[in-house]
Amino acid sequence: MNTAMVEAQGVRKSFGSTEILKGITLKIDRGSVTCLIGPSGSGKTTFLRCINHLEKVDAGRLYVDQQLVGYAERNGKLYEMKERQTARSRRAAGMVFQRFNLFPHMTVLENIVEAPIRVLGRPRSEVTVEAQTLLDRVGLGNRGGAYPQELSGGQQQRVAIARALAMKPKLMLFDEPTSALDPELVGEVLDVMKSLAEAGMTMVVVTHELAFARQVADQVVFMDQGVVVESGPPAEVLGNPKHERTQAFLSKVL
Amino acid sequence: MQQQHSLPGTSQDAPEAPAPASGSIPVVPLRHPVRMALAIVLIVLALGGAWDIAVNQRYHWDVVISYLFAPQILTGAVLTIVLTVVSMSVGIALGTVLAIMRLSANPIVSTIARGYIWFFRGTPLLVQLIFWYNIAALYPVIAFGLPFGGPALALGSANVLITPLGAALLGLSLNEAAYMAEIIRGGIRSVDKGQYDAARALGMNGGLLMRRVILPQAMRVVLPPTGNQVISMLKGTSLVSVLAISDLLYSAQIIYSNNYQTIPLLIVASLWYLLMTTILSFFQTKLERRYGRGFETAPKAARRAKTRTAS
Ligand SMILES: Nc1ncnc2c1ncn2[C@@H]1O[C@H](COP(=O)(O)OP(=O)(O)O)[C@@H](O)[C@H]1O
Ligand SMILES: [Mg+2]
Repeated sequence: MNTAMVEAQGVRKSFGSTEILKGITLKIDRGSVTCLIGPSGSGKTTFLRCINHLEKVDAGRLYVDQQLVGYAERNGKLYEMKERQTARSRRAAGMVFQRFNLFPHMTVLENIVEAPIRVLGRPRSEVTVEAQTLLDRVGLGNRGGAYPQELSGGQQQRVAIARALAMKPKLMLFDEPTSALDPELVGEVLDVMKSLAEAGMTMVVVTHELAFARQVADQVVFMDQGVVVESGPPAEVLGNPKHERTQAFLSKVL
Repeated sequence: MQQQHSLPGTSQDAPEAPAPASGSIPVVPLRHPVRMALAIVLIVLALGGAWDIAVNQRYHWDVVISYLFAPQILTGAVLTIVLTVVSMSVGIALGTVLAIMRLSANPIVSTIARGYIWFFRGTPLLVQLIFWYNIAALYPVIAFGLPFGGPALALGSANVLITPLGAALLGLSLNEAAYMAEIIRGGIRSVDKGQYDAARALGMNGGLLMRRVILPQAMRVVLPPTGNQVISMLKGTSLVSVLAISDLLYSAQIIYSNNYQTIPLLIVASLWYLLMTTILSFFQTKLERRYGRGFETAPKAARRAKTRTAS
């Protein structure tokens, strides 16, 4: 009964003549937390962007919530989606970026209510109340009127999480959410992510925080050079890696 | 006049950073005797120059005053404002469209925009104005229709449709659009790529993404050069005198060609141009402040990145 939230079947992606993703096959269960680890340049970001269709998949199939991403399947043929449809299907996933990417010209509150109002067409009053609840949830209830640049990196990233949640996504994608943060600010962001996981959100997290992966992840996926080398529960992949590339990577990170 | 420009510089670095409270040791602020002396010399020179101009009979200040609010001058000033406002508005709107076209991934669309900009920036505005004025000679009838001799809907004679004022507005607007397109393109390109990703990830696309996320941030970069454009447009409208349109400068010229008071009337026109540019600069400052919100100081993230690489 528990159908996968994300299902990748041989997903390939090239930039120009270089193939970055060389056939990724992966299943992500509803309500689970998946941590993607791997050396820089292995294609983790690219894969995450494919899930959200910020990059187009070249070959293979990628399903999010049982919907084929970026294509419509009719009469045994795949039809590329129009930009408008793509934008619509993107709402299924919320995304949090390494460099926060808050809208600098809007206040914290405006950042959060912007898409629900303009994209979903929901009433401002209703959305504002929800936004306030979200801000309270990430511990920034009193900073709604601030501009992003007035906040610390950790606070900005928490706003970015609240902004993504305001669209009520079915899953959340995190691309190295703590890599741009000063060490003392990493904890506050990871805490928000932990509480989100406890609340049952489906999460895909690209991270180098192995302690977080060990504690929170249901599944750890090790990627290298565009392929999934090894995946499984954290105790296996992190505690007892079978593949030598995984072992080499972990010995470098630790 | 020129000398006054250097005056603000003296006050710019004047406020010295207060020394950290160092117990009870009295702090003597550094003095700048040379700077003070220079400032006094400049003030004296400027006042002297102003006094000289004011008492020089040959400027005919009485004539200046008597024509300052002459009806002909005032209608000229209004026409200059109308020409500037309409041409700038059309120029900015069309320039925005051209800028977005120029950045389009579609090579045909971007080439069309590139060609437009190439042509209108590459030919003299004066020639363009005279061209539009004489368009009736090339196209006696203006019509909407299919190319290559297909069916068409005639709108009327070009001579009737394109009045001198129409030709002036057409020429100024189309020319301005080419310059604004390049300014706006620069502004759009200055916006971080991550902003597109963030907006798209929230389901925004196309016009909404441009209007709500990209263009407001581009404004910060676009505004200062646009202010320059408005001011040069204000004075550039005087070119339309070749089409016998009585804008501010042309009105002054008509008057002095009768009474031979050339310098006083040029002063009258210049005073009005100065007033108008002053008002425009005021609005520019307000707009720049409005669109600078959220960008006041160096972003914290950038500062941290610097200290990181240093460590
Ligand atoms: N838009 C792009 N155009 C060209 N090459 C790209 C683009 N995005 C990523 N790449 C390349 O793809 C490779 C994998 O990148 P990425 O997915 O960011 O890896 P990771 O996130 O694992 O570090 C890198 O070598 C990068 O240079
Ligand atoms: Mg990456």
